[in-house]
Parts: sequence; structure tokens; C-alpha cells
Amino acid sequence: MAYITFGGVDFRYGLDDPLIIRNFNLELERGELFTLVGPSGCGKTTVLHMLAGFESPSAGVLQVDARPVRGPQRDRIVIFQEPDSLYPWLTGLENVEFPLRVMGVPRAERRSRAEEALRLVGLHGHGEKHPGHLSGGMKQRIQLARALVLDAPVLLMDEPFAALDAQTRQILQEELVQIAARTQRTILFITHDIQEAIFLADRIGVMTAGPEATLKTIVDVPLPRPRMRGSAAFGLLYEEINQVLSVEVRRVLRREDSLL
Amino acid sequence: MSRALRASWPFSIKAFAFRADAASITVLSVLAVVLVWQVASTRWVPSILFPTPLKTAEAWMALVREGVLPYHVSVSLYRIALGFLLGTLVGVPVGLAMGLFRPVLILLEPYVQFFRFVPPVAWIIPAILWFGIGETSKIFLIFYTTVFLVLLNTMAGVAAVARNQIRSARCFGATRWQLFLWVSLPATMPYVLTGMRLAMGNSFAAVVGAEFIAAQAGLGFLIIDSGTWMATDRMFAGMLTLGLLGILADVLFRMVMARRAGRYLMPS
Amino acid sequence: MSRVARRRGLRVLGYVASVTVVLALWQYLSGRAIIPLLFPSPISTWKVGWGLAAKGQLGADAWASLGRILAGFVLGSALGVVGGMFMGSFRPVRLFFEPYVQFLRFLPALAWIPAVMLWLGTGERAKITLLAYTTVFIVALNTMVGVTRVPRNQVRAARSFGASRWQIFCLVTIPATVGYMLTGMRLAMGNCFMTVVAAELVASDTGLGYLIFSSRQWMQTELAFVGIFVLGMMGLVADQIFRAATGKLLWRYESSLGHSRQ
Repeated sequence: MAYITFGGVDFRYGLDDPLIIRNFNLELERGELFTLVGPSGCGKTTVLHMLAGFESPSAGVLQVDARPVRGPQRDRIVIFQEPDSLYPWLTGLENVEFPLRVMGVPRAERRSRAEEALRLVGLHGHGEKHPGHLSGGMKQRIQLARALVLDAPVLLMDEPFAALDAQTRQILQEELVQIAARTQRTILFITHDIQEAIFLADRIGVMTAGPEATLKTIVDVPLPRPRMRGSAAFGLLYEEINQVLSVEVRRVLRREDSLL
Repeated sequence: MSRALRASWPFSIKAFAFRADAASITVLSVLAVVLVWQVASTRWVPSILFPTPLKTAEAWMALVREGVLPYHVSVSLYRIALGFLLGTLVGVPVGLAMGLFRPVLILLEPYVQFFRFVPPVAWIIPAILWFGIGETSKIFLIFYTTVFLVLLNTMAGVAAVARNQIRSARCFGATRWQLFLWVSLPATMPYVLTGMRLAMGNSFAAVVGAEFIAAQAGLGFLIIDSGTWMATDRMFAGMLTLGLLGILADVLFRMVMARRAGRYLMPS
Repeated sequence: MSRVARRRGLRVLGYVASVTVVLALWQYLSGRAIIPLLFPSPISTWKVGWGLAAKGQLGADAWASLGRILAGFVLGSALGVVGGMFMGSFRPVRLFFEPYVQFLRFLPALAWIPAVMLWLGTGERAKITLLAYTTVFIVALNTMVGVTRVPRNQVRAARSFGASRWQIFCLVTIPATVGYMLTGMRLAMGNCFMTVVAAELVASDTGLGYLIFSSRQWMQTELAFVGIFVLGMMGLVADQIFRAATGKLLWRYESSLGHSRQ
């Protein structure tokens, strides 16, 4: 039995609104790092939000560990693209402690667990600054630490590195792979960047263009880790996925064009 | 509001048994308050002190019919219009000068930063001493109100012009004069307009205040005079008119801004 | 001397020079041109003001005005914050009050002076009520806006962590709204000055507004100038206090990397 199951999932906002996602089927194994790519506006974020519990599917089945998803919970934590989910009035450390505070964990234990999480993401000693005074990369690491402090089995990452500069992005990608390898975390990672997808993923899902988007195809990434971005196998896979994706991207562009 | 947004609302409104939509709540609310008002002022409070909505409406129509209301309104509006115009004509150039030329800024800043905290109404007494009880004193007050707001906002606007807008113009070889006319000035417009809108709002308060204290005509005079004679229904009618005028002025201002100055407006 | 320090020093020098020049000009003109009655010289204004201060009367008037403002302001702020929180959090509440809020925004507190004086007399209660009214509105409006602007993702993250609605309210909504509350309070304070002066000009026998009013009775324009000057100083000090408070409370929100959320 798969760990996470999307079974024939549809999504629309209201009864009279158009269908955004149609017949989405996906099964994720425990400990898998799955990336989802697709053209802009196809609804990748919507898929992630459904898994997070912020939205409910309009039809179909959505289960985690054989239990239906009913609203947000501690076992599935989202790392957003914009770090506006961090609380600017708290220090970095206090932000990481926050989920524990909500749970009522006593202060000393909170502190030590939060500091451990900061160490995991490489921010040891930087916990006293407020998010307003941290760089983009550091803010994303705080988001990650916040999820790790809860030891959440599922991480939902919505283009988390998209707003960062290329060098920071690469470093964080490598660190994510290491963190994922060290624990049995299941990760759903959304990105526009095919290179990023190949570097990170065990499998890559390509979505069709919206509306009524669905999963077009799933590509296995059998490359051994650590992956070399310049290797021939990497390049071949890139071409393969790019071909599939650009068909969908072109559909979106053509539609925008005809609207002009 | 989209369902997605509502799902993240901190509190759930599932307590509501029926689907209440926005318009019906508003209508219900207004009806409820008018009803309570009517009941309260006929039963609980001596109605001489607190006129009923019906009496207020009657008084309002009477005032209009007698020509009293239009007269006072036009007097007040005249004062506001003149003071506002003069204030803008002075406030914009001075604000620009202060924003662009440091010596001017240093020269004028102490006064601007001090007198902005003196409410315009405070000046009514000296104004009467200098200009008499006539129109000039009130117009001076409106002028004072407007000048400060327009000036401060214009100054802020000059400071807010994006550096890169200036830089690219300089790359294109723009002279200082061209920079001013074609970059700084248009970029400052939204702030100037905001200042004008704020000044317009404050001008109503200022003119009413002035008319309370020393006037023989005007909406403020109507309100306080009615109060003095215990004609509370006329007083309320006057206050209602004041509120409506304020809304009208704001709406008109926005409309004009949208049509004429739409491309200057900041995306918000 | 560093460039920044030099610029600042020049600026201060410039202020001092400017004020001195204007004062001197004023002194010169009021001696010659117009009737000194209408436009007293700075020196004569200073003398009158000093006299009042020595007698303790200036202090009494200033304190009277300030006391009213504080009482009304504190009351209004408390009500405004609570009201704004309710309006921001519960859509039906906001919709219920919306027509009045939108209308009364355009009816300045000033306009209520005759009505309130009719109902509550000309004593302290009337003035404090007026000031509270002035404050409640602005603070409630700003607080309400603040609540609706709490970033969605902050709430979502808290929900993911299993926070109850009460926890979300206390740990997320309130801290996120503090900046807006302070903005509302600062704006309200400015309006309070305006309202209190107007109220004191219309009907009062104490306070700075009364002081200004009395200048007409005693034909001593200096009194008006003194009153205006003290008013300005009070407003300036109040504004400085707000800036300091805002700075202390909100420095942590401020981004030093250009991503600030105004």
C-alpha cells in the first residue's frame, strides 16, 4: 500500500467554478523524494495545498498512510516559496520553537530541540536574528528547520528555492538531499526548474497545462547519488523531460496568445 | 472572498446557521440601527435632545425647501474651494522646492515640522483678529490646513522617486530641467494627489470648526446655531449633510483622479 | 569629521540660522509696521508666556488639555483595538458595522461638539467622550485592516502545527497586527489635538483652547501665540514618543535587506 495516494482527485473552488485539477492519480512511497513540474498556472500548488490540507478535493480519494486527509496536521509541513509564513516578531530560534510551543512542550526541551534543528540546517549560532534581518537563503532554512523540529514525516515544498540566487539554490539543493537521505522523509517538491528536479528527485511528475490539469507522465530518475549536473545521463534526462514539458508550456503560451 | 482565503480565516463562521451574504447583512444592519434609533428617541430619551430619524429627515427636507441648507452649504463650500485651491497652489511648488533643493529644505523645515502639529482650528482666533469675521479668516484656515498636507506629501513624493528612474534618464542624456519635468514631476503626482485628497477631508473639519466659533453662515454655523436653539432635528440634519458632503467630495475626487490622472496612480 | 556627521551638523546650523533670522525679522516688523496689538513681537510673546508659566497658569491649562486627551485617547484606543479585532476576525461583525464606519469616517469628531455638549454639558465628561469617539474610529479601522492583512501563510503554518484557533489568535494575529494598531493610534492622537482645541474654543474655561480664546476677550494676542506654541510643542513631543515606541516595538519586523512590509 502506497504511503501517499491521490486517487482520481478533482478540484474546483466553488460549485460553479471551473475544474482546475482533473483525475489526478499519484502514489508516493515512504521516503521518496518526488518532484512535480509543470507549466505556470497548471495547479501544482493546488495539488500541494490539497495534500497539506488547506484545500479539500472536490472528488476522489486523498490518503496519507491509509488515512484520509482532513485538514492541516503536524505530519505534513509546508515550506512556502515566500518566507512570509515566518513570524517577524520572533527570532529565528523562536520561530523554530513555535510548533513545539503550540504543542505545549516545556521551554528547556523546546530550546534544545530547536537548536538541534538549526544545526541540521546549518544555522547554528544564527538563531538570535529576526527574519527581517536574515537573507533569503537563511529564511528558507528556518522554514526547513521548523518542519524538522517536529520530525514531520512529510515535507511539502512549494518552489522553496525559486526566489534565491543560483549559488544559494545549489547549496540548499545539496543540503536537502543530505537531509532527506539521513531520515525516511517523504518529500513532494514543486519546481519550474528541470535541472533542480533531476538533481533532487527519485521520480519526476510532469503535469499538463491547466485548466483541468492532470499528471501527464512520471519519469524515473535512476541516476546514482551524488548527482553530477553536467553528466551525460543528466543531460539526456533533461532533454527527455524538457520535450514533454515544452509541449505543455507551448499550449499555455498559445492560449495566452489567442486571448491577446 | 474566495473559499481558499476563507479557509485560512482565524475564526470559523460556521456558527452561522444560515448562509448570510454580504448585502443582506448590510441592509439588515442599517434597518436595525434605524429602528433602534427611532425607538430610543421616542421612548427612552427626551426627544427634544435626540431627534428621531423621521424628524431628522423632515427637518432636512424643510431646510432644503426653505433654501436654508443650500445657502449654508454653498457658503462653506466656497470657503473650502478657495482655501483649498490657494493651499494647493502654494503647497505643491514649496513642497517640490523643499524636496529638491537642500537649502530650501533647511530654511523651511523647522517651521513645517513644528506647525504641522498645531491644529488649524487653533488659528481661528488670531485669524479673526487679523482678518475680521469675514470670509478671509475662514479661507485662511483652509489654506493653512491644505498647505501643510500637500506640502508634506509632495516632499515625500519627491523623496520616493525611484533612483533608477532618474539614473536611466541621465543615461539618456536628460538635462536637469528635463529630469524635473519628465521624471520627477510625474513620479511625484500620486503623492501630490494623495496629499490633496487628505487635505480635502481635513478642510471640512477645519471649516466646520471655524464656523462654530466665529461665523454667521455656513454649515458649521447652522449646526451650532440649531444646537443653541435646541432645534436638534435641524442640527442632526446639518451633521448628516456634512457627512454626505464629505463622502461626495471624496468620491468625486477619486473619480477625477481615476479619469485624468489614472496613469499617475500607484498600483494599490 | 565623517561626511554624515558633517551633513547633520550643517543641517542643525541651518535650522538655527533660519529660525534666528525669522525671529529677528518678526521682531523688527512687529515693532514698526502693524499695530502691536495684532501681531505682537516674539519678545513680548515670550514675556507673557513666561508670566503665565511663573503663575502656574500655563501649566494648569496645558495639563487640563493633556489630561482630557489622555483620558479620551486611552479609552478610545482600548475600545478601538478590541472593536477592530472583532471586525477583522468575524466577517459578519465587520459587515454589520461597515455602513456606519464608512459614513462616520466623513463626519469629523468636531461636528459632534454641539450635539455632545447638548447631551452631556460642557464638563469633562463631554470632552472626554468626544476624544474617545475620535480615537475609537481610527484605531478600530486600522486594527481591522491589520487583522485582514495577516499573511495567509503565517496562519496556514500555524494550522499545520496544530494550533487551536485561540492560539492562532494570541500567537499570530495579535503580534502581526501591532504595527497597524500603532499607526492608528498615532493618527488618532493627531486628531485628538484638533478635537480638544475645538471643544475648548467652543465651550470651556480651562485648557489651551480656552487660553487661545481668551486672547480675544483680553485683547492680548500674545495669549493666542503662547497657546499655539505650547500646542505645537505638545504635538511634537507626542509624535516623538510615538516614533520611539514604534521604533522599540517594531524594529524586529523591519528588514535590513529591503524586504520590509510596510
